[in-house]
Amino acid sequence: MIDKDKVLHIAKLARLHLNEQEASQYAKQLSDVLGYIDKLNQADTQGVEPMVTASPIETVYRADEPKMDLGVEEKIKNAPETSGHLIKVPPVVS
Amino acid sequence: MNLETAKISEIVNSVQSNKISAAEVMQFFLQRARQWQDKTNAIITFNPEAEAQAAKLDAAIAKGEQVGPLAGIPVVVKDLLCTKNLKTTAGSKILDNFVPPYSSTVVERLENAGAIVLGKANLDEFAMGSSNETSYYGNVKNPWSLEHVPGGSSGGSAAAAAARMAPLAIGTDTGGSIRQPASFCNVVGLKPTYGRVSRYGIVAYASSLDQAGPMANYIEDVALALEVIGGKDPRDMTSANQAVPQFSNIQKEVKGLKIGLPKEYFGEALSSEVRSICEESIAKLKSAGAEFVDVEIPHLDYTIATYYIIATSEASSNLARYDGVRYGHRSEDAKTLEDLYCNTRAEGFGEEVKRRIMLGTYSLSSGYYDAYYLKACKVRRLLQNDFLKAFEKVDLLLSPVTTSAAFKVGERISDPLEMYLNDIYTTSTNLAGLPGMSVPAGFSSAGLPIGVQLTAPHFAEDRLFQVGKVIQDMQNVADRRPQ
Repeated sequence: MIDKDKVLHIAKLARLHLNEQEASQYAKQLSDVLGYIDKLNQADTQGVEPMVTASPIETVYRADEPKMDLGVEEKIKNAPETSGHLIKVPPVVS
Repeated sequence: MNLETAKISEIVNSVQSNKISAAEVMQFFLQRARQWQDKTNAIITFNPEAEAQAAKLDAAIAKGEQVGPLAGIPVVVKDLLCTKNLKTTAGSKILDNFVPPYSSTVVERLENAGAIVLGKANLDEFAMGSSNETSYYGNVKNPWSLEHVPGGSSGGSAAAAAARMAPLAIGTDTGGSIRQPASFCNVVGLKPTYGRVSRYGIVAYASSLDQAGPMANYIEDVALALEVIGGKDPRDMTSANQAVPQFSNIQKEVKGLKIGLPKEYFGEALSSEVRSICEESIAKLKSAGAEFVDVEIPHLDYTIATYYIIATSEASSNLARYDGVRYGHRSEDAKTLEDLYCNTRAEGFGEEVKRRIMLGTYSLSSGYYDAYYLKACKVRRLLQNDFLKAFEKVDLLLSPVTTSAAFKVGERISDPLEMYLNDIYTTSTNLAGLPGMSVPAGFSSAGLPIGVQLTAPHFAEDRLFQVGKVIQDMQNVADRRPQ
C-alpha cells in the first residue's frame, strides 16, 4: 500500500510537483494498481534470467565520425530562453 | 479509379502514368480529411506544405524523374514521430511548441519513397492510453460511432485510416497501441517485430517495447509500407540487421499452414461477439486449407502486471528529459532550477503521464527494484519462452485483439486499473518482441468493427500478410467506410 507521504517522496524523486489533492488521488490509484501487480509474486522465477530487451544483446560498433551537424542556431531554436548561443536557466542555488 | 477504395499501388501507378496528378490525389484526401476532422478530431496539425509538395512531385514526374513506390500517397503520421519543421507534440502540453530540427527515420523513408505527410495524428499523451482520451488536444472519436472511443494510443491514426482521410497512416505500438485501435476502427494495423523498424526520431515511451508500424485499409498497403519503412538504421542501434523481404508479394495459399489457438486468449473475459467473429475467421481459414492446433501461453495472466512495471519504469527514465531547459514548455513560476524542473513537469504533463512516471519511479526506486522491476523482467522471459515453445508447433497464432468492441467515451477513463486490463491480449506481443497484426474481420450487432489478431515468430511478418489476406478476402469488410 502506498500512502500520501510515500507518494510525495516518489514525486520528489521524479521531479514532479504535486498538490495535496493529487497526492491523495495517486495514493489510492497507485495502491490499486500495485495491489493488482502483486500477482507477479505467484510466478515461479527461480533461476530465470531477467529479460530487458527482445533484441540480441550485442555491442554495436560504428566508426566514430561526425555525421549530422545541425549548427548551433538549429540546435537551440527550441530553447525557451537563450542568451547568445547559451541556454538560460534560473539560479541553481537561490 | 475510386480513391475511396483504391489500393496504394493503384494510386501510385496512376500518378506515375499521369492518369491522375499527385496534386489531385492530395486535394481529394485533404477535402475528406477536413470533413472528418470536424467529427473525429483525428489530426493535431495539418501540414501546410502538403499541396506544394504534391505539386513538386508532379513537376518531377513531368520531367521524367524516377519516383518511389509511394509516389503521391498522402500519409497521416502519429504526432509522436518527429517531422522536420512541422510541430511534433506527442499529444502533450509539454511539447506544445516543439518544432523538430530533423525527421524520424520512418518519416524520412516515407518521404524518400514519394509519400507526402498530410497531417500529424492525435494520440494519447506520450502514447500512454488505450482510448485516446488522455491527449492534451482533446479526445478522438471513433468514426463508426462518435460516442465511442477509437482506441489508443494511435487513435488518431486509426480514425484517419478508417474514415479514409488518407490511404496510409503510421502509428506506434508499445502494448497494443496500433492493433487495438485498428480493431476498433476496421483498419489493418501492424506492429512489426521489435527491431524491424527504426525508432530514431520517435518520442520514446518504453524503448524496449516501442515499434512504429503502418495502418491502412488493406493488407497489401500495410505490406508495401513495411517494405519502405523497415530495415537497419545506423542511427538506432536496436534496429535489426535483417533483410527486408518483398512483403507486398503476398503468398496466396494457406494450405498446410499450422495456426495456433492460444487457449488462454479465449477465456471467460472474452465477449460472445468477439468470440464468434474469431470463430468465423477460423472456419473460413479451415475451409481454405489451414490447420488449427491448440497451444498454451501459461503466463498470459501475468502480462498486464509485467507490462505496466516494465513500460512505466522505462517511461520514468525516458521522460526525465522534459525539464523545461532545452525545448518544450517551461514554467514561468520558478525561482530556482529545482523549481523549474518540478513546476515545468507539473504543468506540462497530464494526469495519466504523471501516474505512469510515478509508478515507474517507484518500481525502480531503492528497496523496490528487485520486487518490481527485476521480477517483471524475469516474468517477461517466461512469457517469451511460452511463445517460443508454441512456435515450435505452429507457424503463427490467431487470437482476439480485445475482449469487446470499442467502449464508450468516458466509460473507463476514471479507473486506471480497468483501463490497463483492456490490454490483456496485446501487451505480451511487445514483451516478447514479436510481430502482430489486427485484421478487420467483422462488425458487432451495434455496428462497431471487430478485428482478429495474428502473431508470428520474430521477423516472420510475411505470414501475417499471408493469413491476413485470406481473412480480408473472405470476410469482405475492408471496403466498408463509415458514413
